[in-house]
Amino acid sequence: MKIIRVNVNGRDMEVAVDERESLADTLRERLRLTSVKKGCEVGECGACTVLVDGRAIDSCIYLAVWAEGRRVLTVEGITGPGGELSPIQQAFVEEAAIQCGFCTPGLIMTAVEIVGTGRRYTRDELRKLIAGHLCRCTGYQNILNAMERVAGVAQRVGGE
Amino acid sequence: MYDIGKIHLARSVRDAIAALSADPGAHVVCGGSDVLIKIREGKLAGCSLVSINGLKELAGVALEEDGTIVIGPATTFADVTRSPIIARHAPALGGAVDQAGGPQLRNVGTIGGNLCNGATSADSAATLLTLNARLTITGPDGRRETALEAFYEGPGRVRLAHGELLTAIRIERRDYEGFGGHYIKYAQRNAMDIATLGCAVHVRLSEDKRAVEQYRLAFGVAAPTPVRCRGVEARVNGRPLTEKTLERIGEWALEEVTPRTSWRASREFRVQLVKTLSRRATERAILNAGGAAI
Amino acid sequence: MAVGKSVGRVDAYEKVTGRALYTEDMAPQGALVARVVRATIANGRVKGFDLAAALGVPGVVKIVTCFDVPEIDFPTAGHPWSTDTGHQDIADRRLLNRRVRVYGDDIAAIIAEDMVAASRAARLIRVEYEEYPPFTAIEQALDEHVTRLHDFAPGNVLKATEYRFGEGTFEAACEGSVVLTKDYRVQTVQHCHLELPVSFAYMEKGRVVVVSSTQIPHIVRRVVGQALGIPWGKVRVIKPYIGGGFGNKQDVLYEPLNAFLTMRVGGRPVRLELTREETMASTRVRHAMNLTIASAARPDGKLVGRKLVGYSNQGGYASHGHAIISNTASGFRHLYESQVIEARVSTVYTNIAAGGAMRGYGIPQIIFALESHMDDLALRLHMDPLALRRMNAMRPGYRDPGTGITALSSGLMACLDKGERHIRWAEKRKAYANQTGDVRRGVGMAMFSYKTGVHPISLEMASCRMLLNEDGSMQLQVGATEIGQGADTVLTQMAAESTGIPMEQVHIVSVQDTDVSPFDFGAYASRQTYVTGMAVKRTGAIFRQKILSYAAKMLDCPAEKLSLADGRVLDADGNVLLPLEALATEAVYSLKHAATHITAEASYQCEDNTFSFGCCFAEIEVDIPVGKLRVVDIINVHDSGVLINPKLAEAQVHGGMSMGLGYGLSEQLLYSEKGMPLNDNLLDYKLPTAMDTPELTVSFVETVDPTGPFGNKALGEPPAIPVAPAVRNALLHATGVAVDSLPLTPQKLVEHFMDAGLIDP
Repeated sequence: MKIIRVNVNGRDMEVAVDERESLADTLRERLRLTSVKKGCEVGECGACTVLVDGRAIDSCIYLAVWAEGRRVLTVEGITGPGGELSPIQQAFVEEAAIQCGFCTPGLIMTAVEIVGTGRRYTRDELRKLIAGHLCRCTGYQNILNAMERVAGVAQRVGGE
Repeated sequence: MYDIGKIHLARSVRDAIAALSADPGAHVVCGGSDVLIKIREGKLAGCSLVSINGLKELAGVALEEDGTIVIGPATTFADVTRSPIIARHAPALGGAVDQAGGPQLRNVGTIGGNLCNGATSADSAATLLTLNARLTITGPDGRRETALEAFYEGPGRVRLAHGELLTAIRIERRDYEGFGGHYIKYAQRNAMDIATLGCAVHVRLSEDKRAVEQYRLAFGVAAPTPVRCRGVEARVNGRPLTEKTLERIGEWALEEVTPRTSWRASREFRVQLVKTLSRRATERAILNAGGAAI
Repeated sequence: MAVGKSVGRVDAYEKVTGRALYTEDMAPQGALVARVVRATIANGRVKGFDLAAALGVPGVVKIVTCFDVPEIDFPTAGHPWSTDTGHQDIADRRLLNRRVRVYGDDIAAIIAEDMVAASRAARLIRVEYEEYPPFTAIEQALDEHVTRLHDFAPGNVLKATEYRFGEGTFEAACEGSVVLTKDYRVQTVQHCHLELPVSFAYMEKGRVVVVSSTQIPHIVRRVVGQALGIPWGKVRVIKPYIGGGFGNKQDVLYEPLNAFLTMRVGGRPVRLELTREETMASTRVRHAMNLTIASAARPDGKLVGRKLVGYSNQGGYASHGHAIISNTASGFRHLYESQVIEARVSTVYTNIAAGGAMRGYGIPQIIFALESHMDDLALRLHMDPLALRRMNAMRPGYRDPGTGITALSSGLMACLDKGERHIRWAEKRKAYANQTGDVRRGVGMAMFSYKTGVHPISLEMASCRMLLNEDGSMQLQVGATEIGQGADTVLTQMAAESTGIPMEQVHIVSVQDTDVSPFDFGAYASRQTYVTGMAVKRTGAIFRQKILSYAAKMLDCPAEKLSLADGRVLDADGNVLLPLEALATEAVYSLKHAATHITAEASYQCEDNTFSFGCCFAEIEVDIPVGKLRVVDIINVHDSGVLINPKLAEAQVHGGMSMGLGYGLSEQLLYSEKGMPLNDNLLDYKLPTAMDTPELTVSFVETVDPTGPFGNKALGEPPAIPVAPAVRNALLHATGVAVDSLPLTPQKLVEHFMDAGLIDP
């Protein structure tokens, strides 16, 4: 076991981890941040996406010990103190971008990274930016609609 | 939980090399997107690791005084693409690594790892070959330099002795200045895929933009390792930019590649891709080099 | 009105905050883990194990092998149990199998403190096999020289059935007709729900509790009882939120083994989670089929005879077995009318993963074959393919001679009209008729009909319970399961509609617990809005009546004069007499009237069925030299009757279209000659990403079905059905090249284009 110092969802903490565990393991099993989902464990589905120092990564293929000194953000960390939804979460609700919900937290974290750049994106750019997430329920259509609400250009681009 | 025997978190290049030298069975891990997967598959289960993840001295892109671009091997794909130096001087490379996997992978996967795992499908390799990339390799006895082309030994194998680390990827000014480049990744999906075939071209045109001064062509997945097509290049160099030249490139390229049949794609299909994509990549590279559409 | 409104999902907040708990999120800390030991051959027999090294791995608690399990064969299909022994699902597997029929077959299980220990032990187990040559294809299975996989299935044929309806024979209909006979092939694909199959089990008060990611908790309870040979009431199954199922979890997967394993360690919690690789290789798949279709048509296009010969690749175990290709055969019968129709279909065992239920249950297969065939026939007849379909399509009022199911409502023609307008059919069919060059465009379409639920093939029943709280709100309990499709939301809408209690006051219990939840067979066959919906409607009527009776007592007036709307008791003129809250409090705590807990519960046996309809129109662009096909525009138009929630309905269609595109263009589970899966992961199995998915357009034609509880009919599965053939037909239009197998991968297209002379070799 090794103690790592890490900021998780805005809180500095010391966490005892097994050096062999992934960040996804640590977040789920030790910190009970169960929004971090595991769908493949090899970085192919994106369900375990969290932000490390503001960048979206697949936490299943990232060792917990690498998070030493870094900031980790999960969906639990973007919900307001009184349970208020962030604009991104609200957009997912309003656009019916959620079905089974398993890919949802990871996609929301990628959206947080995208919105964090402060840039506006075309629909095709957004497609590329969410291409590291697999979703079997939605065909990505309403997810893109939700993303466009918070990070899209004012005018919808293209018919394709 | 990964079945890792032990892990040493290196604090510096020197520390990493010392740790590797002390443990003949140790493997280097950097971004993790390749090594951790092999551990999970059982191929490297129980192994010992030396982690160079997050080593600042190995990350980042810099421009030396003589114009040489120096890419730290631990630079992530995303940071290669974002680098203003790459965007300005070697945009085809930024574009190539921007097609590896998906966004999350590009935030952890590194350009050095992409080369050191020896995969013929590596998205950075073909483009770096056409940029005459040179590698600085540091070991217990000091540094050595090698051309990327000479680095590849066979499928999944590179010339890196135990205890050695790739510490820099260098592109000299004469290899990028005035060149236009393009990389086509052909895969079944438009994201999250490995290349069925990768084709990179860098070309420099004559001053009047009507003839080819220097032409460089390389492929991924067309041979056991990424491969430069020197024969095609020699035939194209100095030729005028004509439809006839373009037409022949694909045919000539076939003389220098050895694509094979696997369950992922047949030899015949890859041959068809070599023919088509070498022409298409060349056309785009010519445009990027300031030439006109043919 | 709560029905017909695009209200937000009742589980949206939980899902966007990550608070929704799925099975693995609920597993007790410190639970043991189980790992299945899998065969490394596809066909043979386990002769023995050497477990010594594995048992010595620190952290290994117990290893159970195929020689340690009860000698009970059990079925796994998520079907209602048939009390008629002749119609029961085939029982052909054990908790762990000695006879190996699939590469990765379950031959032993390791219980360990953690997964690293379990994996180390798994690598150290030595297995001695007797090996037989494996076979993965239908043609091989039928070869008399191959081994028989199951003693009861000579020639590896699980079952073969046939039908003929109409006048005369197909051969007679061919006389004087244009006859077209063609083979079509569809591949093996997998559901790829994002949440892997996972369960954990423990014992409590002498009973076994299984918490599982399943679509069918009540069926899982029965099968666990059957597989372990214990009374069904000794089993309790709990189903939390689940991360998609698409039919794979309409099968009992590893719940019985998980229950067995906890019993073998004294009831300690044991967690059994599959990896993605195990899920793809060792759970269920959509059946690959070889389908030969013959049509006889008059020169004007009128179909006179139709014939289907089909084979289904069942894999190593029966699962849903012959039911799937039987449905394929009936789907073939329904869509077009002709004087005579016949079909002969067989299901054959092979050494690949077992075929089971998957969204559309045999219909995507036949609609690919049939709708490809209709375009091929149109070409032969020099007709517009849309005109050929309109001429022969199922008419309103059609009664299926096999099942008696009748087209009581039909928006099929209106769906075609909408699709035709959207894609600008006539204009583009003409514009793209004679293209040259490397990049070409085309438009194509396909249509379908689909049953709603499983009556009369199987039993249909659902139940519902409503409980009034003191504040006038209610709990809604159903055995039907939310699997992402929005069942909890639409059932809440229906409960509000049928009681007069506002939606916000209806609290649906989302977790199904067989100890508490009323009985329901679960989520499949697009049945829940139709069958469970009727149970909710009927329970709502009883509930409302009980509330009004109590109001009548309180108000001292006849109940018939009262009504309940928006949470208030009204008189005949609509005047508010009593807020429901006051009534509800009084009912429980009354000192004046009889204190009572107002509840209602009803079961509903559904003896109806009805057809839903729809079509897909697609425009594609193909880059011939590299075989890349891009969908430029695509629309699905559906008649699913009245939409309970249009926004969720549209979202459901998006997902189906995406699944249809994957089926059409990129997905296929591949096996080596030895039966080993080659691409059992999400990198090599090509599920579409956002960059592979075009903009998806959805439209509806709302008919009012007389049998649906609110005029509604099947919606969940249909969207996946017509997409692949529409794209295939668009490719035919663009290039003149008919590709008769799925998926339309670049390599396959390049090979076809070379054969057709579109690419110089």
